Amino acid sequence: MATTACFIIVSRNDIPIYEAEVGSATKREDVAQLHQFILHAALDIVQDLAWTTSAMFLKAIDRFNDLVVSVYVTAGHTRLMLLHDSRNDDGIKSFFQEVHELYIKILLNPLYLPGSRITSSQFDTKVRALARKYL
Amino acid sequence: MIGVGKIKQYSNVLDKPLSKGKQEVSLSAFAFLFSELVQYNQTQVDNIAELERRLEDAGYAVGARVLELLCHRDKGNRRETRLLGILSFVHSTVWKVLFGKVADSLEKGTEHEDEYMISEKELLVNRFISIPKDMGTFNCGAFVAGIVRGVLDSAGFPAVVTAHFVPMEGQQRPRTTILIKFAEEVLRREARLG
Repeated sequence: MATTACFIIVSRNDIPIYEAEVGSATKREDVAQLHQFILHAALDIVQDLAWTTSAMFLKAIDRFNDLVVSVYVTAGHTRLMLLHDSRNDDGIKSFFQEVHELYIKILLNPLYLPGSRITSSQFDTKVRALARKYL
Repeated sequence: MIGVGKIKQYSNVLDKPLSKGKQEVSLSAFAFLFSELVQYNQTQVDNIAELERRLEDAGYAVGARVLELLCHRDKGNRRETRLLGILSFVHSTVWKVLFGKVADSLEKGTEHEDEYMISEKELLVNRFISIPKDMGTFNCGAFVAGIVRGVLDSAGFPAVVTAHFVPMEGQQRPRTTILIKFAEEVLRREARLG
């Protein structure tokens, strides 16, 4: 498992709807804030890149020192973003695809308002399990 | 009760596998539910435009979800980034899943560059509906227009979508045309992508 990894889901209106620190390194608040800052800074690049390809997985699009930002854009322009220090493209791709499927299941719930925060604790548990499995 | 005893119970939606989309729904059950949707909304409004807007909003929520589901299930995780691509996606893939057939026609408007039309001889939602004279140009296809707008808007192609009756020669019932007028930014982006 990667030592550092931060995963967020950003809605199409640029609002973070899910955040998780999934690395095995000890949690520090200032580091978590730095991770979010790097991820948000990468959003502009995603916006331009998203229209140049029809693939959902955009691979590594930005880096900060030894940290890499990988992004997955869904059909509805919800962005799954992962900040990581490992070099495991296949694992990251599988991770994104499985989280994407979980996200669709959340979205299909008529009581979930698209673009609102994902508060389901089962979702959180499953995402963390996937992170342990693939990253 | 339909389906009782056949469906495996799951404690939450995340454990349940995504539907393969092969099930069909009884037309009369759908027509009854849709009729209730129209009737309920009619009690909540005091003019036709407001009623159309409410039906459209109901459709929008369907469209936004359908896009995400179908791109994953039927298109193998490919997004649509081009105008014609997303239009044919609506015309064939979406129509087939929702109504069991592809739409009768997809045309480009002759007068304006930014207008496209999807026409259907007998739109499923209008099959058991006739509009009273005093309701003017009201069309329950507003619900379908909303679905189309939901798909387009979520995919990043904002548009104004409206449903109209168009009389046809030699036919008793008019056909329904879904008119799509794309926002300026969409056409600018299309020109840039070349």
